[in-house]
Order: sequence, then C-alpha cells, then structure tokens
Amino acid sequence: MTVLGNTALSFTEEQAMLLDVARDFCRDKSPLSTVREHLESGPGFDAGLWREIAELGWCGISLPESCGGSGLGVGALVPVLEAMGRAMLTTPLLSTALAGQLLLRAAGQERAESWLADIAAGSAATVAWLEGGDWGDPAIHSTVDAGGALSGQKRFVVDAGVAALILVPVMQGDEPALALLRRENLPDGALTPNVLIDQTRRSANLHLDGISVDPADIVTGPQVERALADTRLLGALLVAAEAAGSAGACLDTVVEYLKTRKQFGKLIGSYQALKHPCVDILLGLDDARSFIYHAATLVHDGPLDADAEIACRMAKAQACEVLSYAGDRAVQFHGGMGFTWECDAQLYIRRAQWSQQQFGDPQHHRKRLATLLLD
Amino acid sequence: MSTSEQQLQEFRAEVSAWLQANNPPDPGFLLPQTFMEVGDERQLDFLREWQHKVWSAGYLGMAWPREYGGGGMDPAFQSVVDQEMRRHNVPICFNVIGLGWAGPLIKDIGTHEQKARYLKNILSAEDIWCQGFSEPEHGSDLGNAQTRAVRDGDEYVINGQKIWTTMGNFARYMILLARTNPEAERKYDGLSFFLSPMDVPGVDTRPIRKITGEYGFTETFFTDARIPADCLMGEEGEGWRIAMQTLQYERGAEAGAAGGLSMIRVTVDDMIQGLQGVRRDGEPVLRDPVVRDQVVRAIMEEKAMVLGARRAGVGPLTTDYPGSLPLSSKLRLSESTRRMRQLAINLQGAEGGLYVGDAQARQGGFWQRAYFNSFSATIGGGTSQVQANIVAEHILGLPK
Ligand SMILES: Cc1cc2nc3c(=O)[nH]c(=O)nc-3n(C[C@H](O)[C@H](O)[C@H](O)COP(=O)(O)OP(=O)(O)OC[C@H]3O[C@@H](n4cnc5c(N)ncnc54)[C@H](O)[C@@H]3O)c2cc1C
Repeated sequence: MTVLGNTALSFTEEQAMLLDVARDFCRDKSPLSTVREHLESGPGFDAGLWREIAELGWCGISLPESCGGSGLGVGALVPVLEAMGRAMLTTPLLSTALAGQLLLRAAGQERAESWLADIAAGSAATVAWLEGGDWGDPAIHSTVDAGGALSGQKRFVVDAGVAALILVPVMQGDEPALALLRRENLPDGALTPNVLIDQTRRSANLHLDGISVDPADIVTGPQVERALADTRLLGALLVAAEAAGSAGACLDTVVEYLKTRKQFGKLIGSYQALKHPCVDILLGLDDARSFIYHAATLVHDGPLDADAEIACRMAKAQACEVLSYAGDRAVQFHGGMGFTWECDAQLYIRRAQWSQQQFGDPQHHRKRLATLLLD
Repeated sequence: MSTSEQQLQEFRAEVSAWLQANNPPDPGFLLPQTFMEVGDERQLDFLREWQHKVWSAGYLGMAWPREYGGGGMDPAFQSVVDQEMRRHNVPICFNVIGLGWAGPLIKDIGTHEQKARYLKNILSAEDIWCQGFSEPEHGSDLGNAQTRAVRDGDEYVINGQKIWTTMGNFARYMILLARTNPEAERKYDGLSFFLSPMDVPGVDTRPIRKITGEYGFTETFFTDARIPADCLMGEEGEGWRIAMQTLQYERGAEAGAAGGLSMIRVTVDDMIQGLQGVRRDGEPVLRDPVVRDQVVRAIMEEKAMVLGARRAGVGPLTTDYPGSLPLSSKLRLSESTRRMRQLAINLQGAEGGLYVGDAQARQGGFWQRAYFNSFSATIGGGTSQVQANIVAEHILGLPK
C-alpha cells in the first residue's frame, strides 16, 4: 500500500463537451470589462445572463433527470466552474449547485423533488454554512423549535440576497436539521450584506430570530449530518475548480504584460526574477488541475468515501495555494500599474483571498489530510 | 506488430516469476540508485553481472533487432519488464548512456558495421558508455562547447577537455560532442557527434571526488587523440541536432531505448517508513502538527506527478498550455525529489547530523547520501534554472 492511494483520473465525453461549451460561453459573455461593470452593482451579476445559464441547463447538471436535471453527477460541474473561474464570471451557480446537492443528500430525491425542480430550472438557492469564522468548527448553535421558529445568526451566506431558497443548518433538540427558508418568509432586515474583499461576490449575515418556517420544511434524520459534511467537501472542490480557472487567467494576464512591457531596453519577461515565478505558477496550476479532475472522477451521488474526501481536500489546498501566489505575483509584476484599481491583477488577488477562505484554507485541509493519510 | 493484452499478461507473470527468483540478495554495500552513483569497482562488477543476467534472460533490448543482440519483439514487452522491475525493486541496468542514448541512436541512424560493433555489447554490459558533452567552461551553455575535432585523413584528431563524465574511468566508449567548425555562424552548426573510443592514446581520465565523498565522474582530457573517421555520426555540423535527437529516447522502450530500470525511485512512503521511532517533543515525529503539514505537502507533490501523468493522456485537459506537463516533468520531479529528501533528513532530529559510515546513522545514512545525490538530477541533464527557462520560453512564450 502506498500513501498515494487512489490515483484515478478520467474524463467523460460529456465533461469534455461541457468544458468546451462553458469556455466559449464564458469568454464571450464575460469579458473582464463586463465583470468590472458588476463590481459595484447590487446583485453582482446580470439577471439575463443567469437566465441563459439556466437555459443551458447548468443549474441541473448534477441533479437527477426526474427533477429536470441532466443526471451527469457533481463531477460534471467541475469543468463548468473552472471555465467560469477563468472568465471571473460570478453568478449564483456555485451556491445553487451546492444547495441542490445538500437537498438531494439530506432530504432525498423524492421528498425534495419540487425544490430540486425549481433549482434545475434556475431558481437560485444557497446554504447558510457558517455561524462564526471557523470552517473547522462544524458545531451548529442556531435552533429550530417544533413549531418552526428559528433562532440564531448565520454569517457569510453567499448569494443570500438573490436566493429563492436558503438551506439553514439548525439544531432541533440534539439533532442537526435543515430548515428550508423561502425568500418570501424573510422579513425586512433579516439580511445584512457583508462588504467583501472580492467584489465579484455577494454575501450577507442572516438573522434568524423571529423567522419561522413551515414545520413541513424542516429536514431531519440521521443522514443530515453526513450530507452536510459531504456537501462541504463538494463546496471545497467546486471553489477549487473555480480558483484553478482564475489562476490560469491570472497567469495569462501576467505573461501578457511580461511580453509587452520594456525596461532597461528589454522586455521584462526576459528577467528570470519574473520569468521563473511564472513557471512556478504554471507548475502549481498544472498540479491543481490534476487534483480537481482527479476529485471530479471520485465524487458521485452517494456518500463520499475517504478517497474522494482526500481528493477534494487536496484539490482545494493546491488550487488556493496557486491562486494566492499567482494573484500576489500579478500585482508585483505590474509595478506601479499593479497597485491600481484599473489593473486586472486586483481582481485576481481579491478573488484569491476570498476563495482561500471558502470551505477552509489550505492549512485546514492539510491538517485533515494528515489525519486521513498518516494516522 | 500488435500484441494482445492476454499475451502481455502471460508475459508479465513470467517476468515477475523470473525477477522473484533472480533478484540478487543485498550485497552488503550501498547499491547505486542511479547510474551517476556508480563509484567503485565493487558496485560496477555487481551491476555489470546483473545487467548481463537480465540480458541473457532475454529481458533487455527486447525490441532491438535480433541480429544485434536484441529480441526483435514488440516494445510493449520491454515496457512490461521495466514496470515489473520497478515493482520488484531490483537493481538498475546501469549502462544508461549505452541503453538509452548511444544505442538507440546507433540503431536508428548507424551503419550495419556500427550496429554490429556496438549494440550487443551495450546490452550485455560488456562495453560501458559515457557521455562527453559538458566542458569546464561550457556546461549549461553546451552549444558553445570548444573541444576540437580536426579531420586528418581517415582519422579525427581530438583536443580539449570534458568534465563531469559519469563513469568516465570505466567506459570503453563515449558519445562525444566536439567542434569541427569553429567558424560556423551559429555556434550549434560547428558541432559534430562522435562514437569515440576511450582506450586510444591521448585520452586520459582523472576521477573527481563527489559531494558524497565517493567517486563517480571524471575529468576527461583529449591530447591529440586520434579516432577513426567512421566514429562520426551523421554529417559534420549535425552534432547538435543529433544530440537533441538522443533526448527523445528518454521516453523509454516505446521511443526506442533498450529499456531496463534506470533508477530506483524513492518515494514518500519510504520516507515515512524511515521515520519510525523518531521522536520530537517526546512524541512520535509524525504527531507534530508542523511536521504533519510538511509531510502532507510532500505527499501531494508526489501524487500530483502521478495524476499529472494521467491527465497528460486526456486530450481535452491539456489544451491550455500544450506540452506543459511533459516539458516540465524533469523540473518537477527532480526538484520535488530534492525537497523530499531534504525533509527526510530534517525530520530525523539529531540523527540527521550523522552520515554514511556511522554505525548509528538511520538506515546507514541512506537519506543523507540520497539528498546529496538528488542534486545530480537538479544539475545534470540541464539545471533546474535552465529547465525553467525552457518551460517559460516554450510553454509560456516569454522572451529569452
Ligand atoms: C552528478 C552529475 C553527473 C553528470 N554527468 C555528466 C555526464 O556524464 N556527461 C556530461 O557531459 N555532463 C555531465 N554532467 C554535467 C552537467 O550536465 C552540467 O553540470 C550541467 O549542464 C550544468 O553545467 P555547469 O556545471 O557548467 O554549470 P553552469 O552552467 O556553470 O551553471 C552554474 C549555475 O548557473 C545557473 N545557470 C547557468 N546558465 C543559466 C541561465 N541561462 N539562466 C539561469 N541560470 C543559469 C545554473 O542553473 C547553475 O545553478 C553531470 C553533472 C552532475 C552533477
């Protein structure tokens, strides 16, 4: 036995096609000038574009066909998110896809069918993962009582402002449960938007006190805890896929500048102090892509096994390391220009810091990998 | 020539059984992990005997022509042997410059006489080959090599100096890069490629002591050394192109090389295994949170290489930076190996300060020596810095 364990990596025709289509679509629809237009807009994305994405069927890629999805499995989301990351195209797709996965895993296909059908049709959804700032502490303190009254507070709820459905992990007595909170049940003032380092993103704090859900909209049972844990891993993988895409775009941006900017009579790209870090980024990026497609090979609809967990964690650790490094060097290698708002390096360095903190940073994942691999 | 899966499977079982039965017992001295570590006669004799045995059994040069000592078979068989050799952890086939550089080149572009003279003895380890490329003043800038070869009747007269010649003192032949035309406009066009005998007058080698304290490479001096004119491969001025052509054989038997295990791979599993019993802060070293983070990083580096090799075979996942995975693999592997071996010593605690020869050195000082030896791959065959230049220029399109 080797500590390297499972090293499967396969890529289906469907995934290849999705990658192709998604790349073209994102490149055409989301040049950085368009990304910039939405930095300071309310929702942060274009509603028309979101409808187009829904029409392409991306919201239901990983959902069962009986719910209006295409049944391709969560691995098929990886190429799509990589393509979106490459174009820095932010929509509620990542949140919505994860909410779909959590519903599917916690409530089951039959019970969640109408919710899942809404999601597959492009109704945005999200999960209120965090109460504090610690991804390593899964303890839930918010509660729901028998009558459906919620209490507590959630923080950093991504896309809460546009989600038609928020899945809220809560305690019902001693058991974790999932409250399905519809947008129409949200009173004014329940959401307080966060000011984020990555301006392509939106998130908010969610105040639960005084809010109620229909008791029929509370999912309970022993599978909830596992569903939460597995979906968190999928979240790590999808953010990793997106981060790998962004790292590639960031590298291209840096390389382009290094090929055009001259100092001391030479293109600055001929200086090895700049050239070699670009190679480090390329190597790190290649590794990140190998990990995310390995993980995409191992995740599936059922509970995730240890191999899949290892793969998701490695993908997240590697992709966020390389994006952070790429964003950081992108600023430096643009000189004074890199310090400006106008320079695209800012988009990447900001995205890097945001991605790092989603679903746990590299240290978080390596710590858990150590337990999985060394004990 | 197409071979069925079933044939290969049966063959694999046969090879596996043979290796099991013939894997030599531990000789009681450290065996080289790569051909660059062959330092003394003891190691040489041992490895020579092993390679001869492998060849005699029909497991080396399987895809080379029968009339020149090969097996005349589908290279797929040799690849199976190479995989099984790795799995069974047998010693290396050490005549690497012959098996993987000179031999395939002679097979591809040599004359009948050259093939008959050289190929069989490369396989049987009768003739050891070395590589005379680097010079004291021209290492990374190999295209600027200045060792002279001047045609004189049916001979060439060689003058100059090569250095870092691995097994230079054991070799019977050298693949030699020498300048036939100092006036060529492009420095590369003045170079020619020779299959040069080491036992003619005027060729002298002087062993150089390595960082490990052992011997293994030489300075090689040419003083009016006369070699037959038919030692020239190709035409005068084609030396650089031919030297580049030899690089393609690195991809193994399928690319034309004779095959055989060329280096022992040391893995992160071996490192973890080797840390048994080591303590830090009074606890097993692998319980230390900082150490755990470092070891996980090392595992990820190794795993990324395995996964990268798989991804390289998936067309749609290689279109971003075409060729980046194969072109960067030497850089990635050699640097990762170096880092891992350094970590392995760091984690040994005070014992990390011991070296080969100390009775209490962990695993006989294996990791200390392995760490030093890992630089042979980050320096030899194009340094990591030069590799990074190549990747930057060819894959990212950055200017020279
Ligand atoms: C164990 C071992 C075995 C060897 N065996 C053989 C053999 O059998 N036959 C043979 O011909 N050669 C052999 N070599 C030689 C090897 O190929 C050379 O050492 C290597 O090419 C580097 O050349 P150099 O030693 O002259 O170093 P230099 O080229 O002088 O390099 C010194 C430093 O400068 C850096 N550098 C040089 N140029 C650049 C650049 N353009 N950009 C950035 N950095 C640069 C290098 O990376 C290095 O760090 C062997 C070397 C070793 C270590």
